Amino acid sequence: AGMFLRLLSDVRWRAANPKWRGATCSCRSTSSTAEPHPVALPAQAQVVICGGGIMGTSVAYHLSKMGWKDIVLLEQGRLAAGTTRFCAGIVSMARPVSIELKMADYSNKLYQQLEQETGVNTGYMKTGSISLAQTQDRLISLKRIASSLKVMGIPCDIITPKQVAQLHPLINIHDLVGAMYVPEDALVSSANVSLALATAASRNGVQIHERTSVSHVSVQKGRVAAVETDRGQIQCQYFVNCAGQWAYELGHSVEEPVNIPLHACEHFYLLTHPLKEPLASNLPTVVDPDGRIYIRNWQGGILSGGFEKNPKPLFTEGRNQLEIHNLQEDWDHFEPLLSSLLRRMPELEALQIMQLVNCPESFTPDMRCIMGESPAVRGYFVLAGMNSAGISYGGGAGKYLAEWMVNGYPTENVWPLDLKRFGSLQSSRTFLRHRVMEVMPLMCDLKVPRWDFQTGRQLRTSPLYDRLDAQGARWMEKHGFERVKYFVPPGKDLLDLDQSKTFYKPDWFDIVGSEVKCCKEAVCVIDMSSFTKFEISSTGDQALESLQYLFSNDLDVPVGHVVHTGMLNEKGGYENDCSIARLSKRSFFMISPTDQQVHCWAWLKKHLPEDSGLTMEDVTWKYTALNLIGPRAVDVLSELSYAPMTAEHFPSLFCKEMSVGYANGIRVMSITHTGEPGFVLYIPIEYALHVYNEVMNMGQKYGIRNAGYYALRSLRIEKFFAFWGQDLDAFTTPMECGREFQVKLDKGLPFVGQAALLEQKQQGVYKRFTMFILEDHDADTDLWPWWGEPIFRNGRYAGRTTSSAYSYTLERHVCLGFVQHFHQETGEQLVVTTDFINQGDYEIDIAGQRFQAKAKLYPFSSLFTQQRRRKDEVELSGYQRE
Amino acid sequence: FYLTPPQVNSILKANEYSFKVPEFDGKNVSSVLGFDSNQLPANAPIEDRRSAATCLQTRGMLLGVFDGHAGCACAQAVSERLFYYIAVSLLPHETLLEIENAVESGRALLPILQWHKHPNDYFSKEASKLYFNSLRTYWQELIDLNSGETTDVKEALINAFKRLDNDISLEAQVGDPNSFLNYLVLRVAFSGATACVAHVDGVDLHIANTGDSRAMLGVQEEDGSWSALNLSYDHNAQNEHEVERVKMEHPKSEEKSLVKQDRLLGLLMPFRAFGDVKFKWSIELQKRVVESGPDQLNDNEYTKFIPPNYHTPPYLTAEPEVIYHRLRPQDKFLVLATDGLWETMHRQDVARIVGEYLTGVHHQQPIAVGGYKVTLGQMHGLLAERRARISSVFEDQNAATHLIRHAVGNNEFGTVDHERLSKMLSLPEELARMYRDDMTIIVVQFNSHVI
Repeated sequence: AGMFLRLLSDVRWRAANPKWRGATCSCRSTSSTAEPHPVALPAQAQVVICGGGIMGTSVAYHLSKMGWKDIVLLEQGRLAAGTTRFCAGIVSMARPVSIELKMADYSNKLYQQLEQETGVNTGYMKTGSISLAQTQDRLISLKRIASSLKVMGIPCDIITPKQVAQLHPLINIHDLVGAMYVPEDALVSSANVSLALATAASRNGVQIHERTSVSHVSVQKGRVAAVETDRGQIQCQYFVNCAGQWAYELGHSVEEPVNIPLHACEHFYLLTHPLKEPLASNLPTVVDPDGRIYIRNWQGGILSGGFEKNPKPLFTEGRNQLEIHNLQEDWDHFEPLLSSLLRRMPELEALQIMQLVNCPESFTPDMRCIMGESPAVRGYFVLAGMNSAGISYGGGAGKYLAEWMVNGYPTENVWPLDLKRFGSLQSSRTFLRHRVMEVMPLMCDLKVPRWDFQTGRQLRTSPLYDRLDAQGARWMEKHGFERVKYFVPPGKDLLDLDQSKTFYKPDWFDIVGSEVKCCKEAVCVIDMSSFTKFEISSTGDQALESLQYLFSNDLDVPVGHVVHTGMLNEKGGYENDCSIARLSKRSFFMISPTDQQVHCWAWLKKHLPEDSGLTMEDVTWKYTALNLIGPRAVDVLSELSYAPMTAEHFPSLFCKEMSVGYANGIRVMSITHTGEPGFVLYIPIEYALHVYNEVMNMGQKYGIRNAGYYALRSLRIEKFFAFWGQDLDAFTTPMECGREFQVKLDKGLPFVGQAALLEQKQQGVYKRFTMFILEDHDADTDLWPWWGEPIFRNGRYAGRTTSSAYSYTLERHVCLGFVQHFHQETGEQLVVTTDFINQGDYEIDIAGQRFQAKAKLYPFSSLFTQQRRRKDEVELSGYQRE
Repeated sequence: FYLTPPQVNSILKANEYSFKVPEFDGKNVSSVLGFDSNQLPANAPIEDRRSAATCLQTRGMLLGVFDGHAGCACAQAVSERLFYYIAVSLLPHETLLEIENAVESGRALLPILQWHKHPNDYFSKEASKLYFNSLRTYWQELIDLNSGETTDVKEALINAFKRLDNDISLEAQVGDPNSFLNYLVLRVAFSGATACVAHVDGVDLHIANTGDSRAMLGVQEEDGSWSALNLSYDHNAQNEHEVERVKMEHPKSEEKSLVKQDRLLGLLMPFRAFGDVKFKWSIELQKRVVESGPDQLNDNEYTKFIPPNYHTPPYLTAEPEVIYHRLRPQDKFLVLATDGLWETMHRQDVARIVGEYLTGVHHQQPIAVGGYKVTLGQMHGLLAERRARISSVFEDQNAATHLIRHAVGNNEFGTVDHERLSKMLSLPEELARMYRDDMTIIVVQFNSHVI
């Protein structure tokens, strides 16, 4: 414990901060003898924050800065005493996900000035960091991050092993192929940062109470009403769960459980005595992902930890495990990391050990942190699950959550971190335990395009799963649902897993190519059962009225019509992008992306009027969806149904209940989510196998075959279809992605986002969804684009791609992304016009290498030759159906 | 110069032996799954012996280790003969009669024991006739004494021990016309041997011990950890009861001279043993036998030497102390070993090492740096050793070998240090005895499904 004393010893919060309401004395040696009388808890507050770690203090800090004063922060032990105390204190901006990068960047800037602001010594030291690459693939992944950092304005260089040696005297460079240097990365004392934030928050009026445990959160009418603690009750409007690894359990201490899927793993790091010649405190931090370790200077010696291949999950059964589980040093477990350290820095052999620290860290099912409001309980906010990057994210995450609470939404798109991306299905302790055992090693594993989690699989499956699997299906997972990537043809041997782990042309290239070809020339079946499906109906016109208000397109269409529409927020951004079929005058069938299940439900619940005779049902599990794509789909279906399916009888964007084979009541919709002709069949699950068999048998003479989502993606991207969650988000409006035709500004009824869209229509847009065809890119030998690649216009940064695919028709790579217009000098965003798009010369930066690209605002019309039109609407649904 | 790991292994494995109780219908119905045994010599030739056999006319299995001193002759004789004496003691009257009749009429004898022998465990052909005759005399007496009662195992063990020692003594007194045999029986009688024998029959385990070898039970606690349960008492100066016993058997005037320097009469470490007639016979008898004996015996200073303060022989007995233990499900294995093992290893470590070996689970003591000064390099080396220790488990196919590896090679952290192991095994003959004793180990594994 010596080190922690040292970490805490230079905190001068008491003198600096007379308004402190700490229930206990800070000084350890006297805390037992001179326990001051605790200050009573207030009876009510606007916000109660649970957790006095970096997250809780950061939220309090930012809320109070934004003007919310009536805040109480509760900590069960002492401030900054949990995981925060043990945190290695590395602020690293080298993050692959853009929102995480932004959080880390903000945190870094915040911590830098925090000491000046608060007077608390945060130990901030700009050291820079070096991320080492032992392999070419690793170097590629670092180059991708470097590209992304550079366009964010964060200095970053790809350097040679020799340069590494110049930056750090101890590194053995013989097995390195290169490295990434981020000079602005920093070190802090995380506990002190937390105390500094607390000090500032306290000065702004936040009341901080230590040694106070939250036992229960009371809910009234779906809203947070009060917080029960071991020292009494506090009535409040908002509750913020920043309980770190206890967040899961705390989330369940509510009448309506809030599922916060995270699970703790033991994390080890080593502290040493100083070197003979103590290490300089500004020596860069070294990250050696191939060796699974990080190394920073620490008080003249080093601090080194890592992410082992065989993590030790803990607290699976909850916190009462704490008493029986002493977190002990486990040297045998640490041995591979120690070997790795000594290989990287052989001169450290003679360095004397001080301690092996075991500090649990919480991990989430998808390696991204969890923030946002509970879908079940309004006013219940969460910020936890930092995947051992808490100090890097702390500042930014706290800021975004505070913005969320004060303004209704953060200033950035945080969907990748939104609590609502998870459902209750990710809350099984077994699932979490297994998944985090995969996630923790992944912190260091090389992540190639389209990698999938291997654990926690086969949770939600289509009734056809076994049939498809037997036919060679290869699976990926979305929101717990197994979806087919592609089918390995019989006779073709199992693909070597290692080969598909590449930044270059993957081994499934030809397989997907033939599936795409079949979609274009004959007919393919894709099981798309994972879609979120809601039925909304009412006794009177309430359903139509409500939906007209919530959706931007006109839903007052004849029964049997399908409408593509956005579900927009006040700013006109896409909260959801969906297809809605009008089943009858008073009932609608709504199809949304798979991962919208929780978010869309919560949004509708929040915005639909209560007690209005409206009924809403999640029927996702009731229907199996088969997508019949291709020119011969019409033939297959008409033979199976004895009904004419030609465009005259069954135009595009139409929905009809009919029988297929022996099965009745199949909802057939003339959409395919790809722009190709065809139908999606929504089949009550008990008929799924029957209909599938009928379709496959009948389809044989038309050359039918199974296909997967990779084919679907190639088709939709070459048709310039945007996908919610990938291309579209809450900060993208229909105007910005060429979907004005899906907005009926003049439908005579007000709808959410209307004003913003009207304004945009008049003033123009600041970014524009654009399609890029890579010109000088060789799919066989060049690195493939993935998403997130910087777009350069006339040599200047102009935006990022959001998705990409190889178009087998164009025989070119197609990237989709947003083009922005930054003022040359000021960097101010300017309106993006069609001319601006058309008059530029574009390049896409793939891992530092730029490829020329042709920009297009409309898809190739030649790709739509077979498309029939209804009214003026093309099936430019666009969307989610990744 | 160091031995390579394969060289080390070839030395360690030279005497290893394993026996698995055969299964019937894929099931082992015996309470014993099998045993592993091994020996590592320090003396040249080794003075330890071991025996293992299944009783064929009664149920049960016999296992024993024998630590010889003043030569290996006595230990060799005991290892060949003792189990026959025990088996015969256990036989019911009818079987004894049947055997006697078969011998009488020259018919084939019922086999009494099935031996489980390593090729190096030899029986002396020359003495077999002599030994057989002594044994036959014993069973004839048993037939004559027929009490009609069922044989008590404890009593049988005690009788067998005492009878064999008595026969050894008699054979030496009587002598043999064959000069080779005559010399042999004298060498057997003048050398000595301790014996630690286990008799396992179902859940009934008897340990008969004479001397300072030891039997220990490996017990698995509920939390999976291992503990040791002693099933024998050492008969030496460290055992108060034993000292007491010796003093009781002799006049008070001898009290001071009986035990000196922790040795019987200042000479002998074990307080009970086979042979060692120098501590059993009267001075007159010793002189007569030595004088009439062959020249080799006469020239031997040791045999001629009469122990000091030798007033009221016998000072030594071969009578064993028998401990009965009813096997419980948590009793996983039995270790019989000569003092060579127990001198180097605490029984708790023995229990843990064997237990972990047999279950394949390695509850290594966690390493803690604590207040010590340890460098990263030292820690790295230590961890590598600990990993190697786990792999050394897989290197050994024999629990006894595994135990010897640890007994000889363990460093202060409780891990096998190859360097140390190599050094200890490459000591020249004359030095080896100074660093370690002969070591003989039998590890019997019990069948928890039956117990």
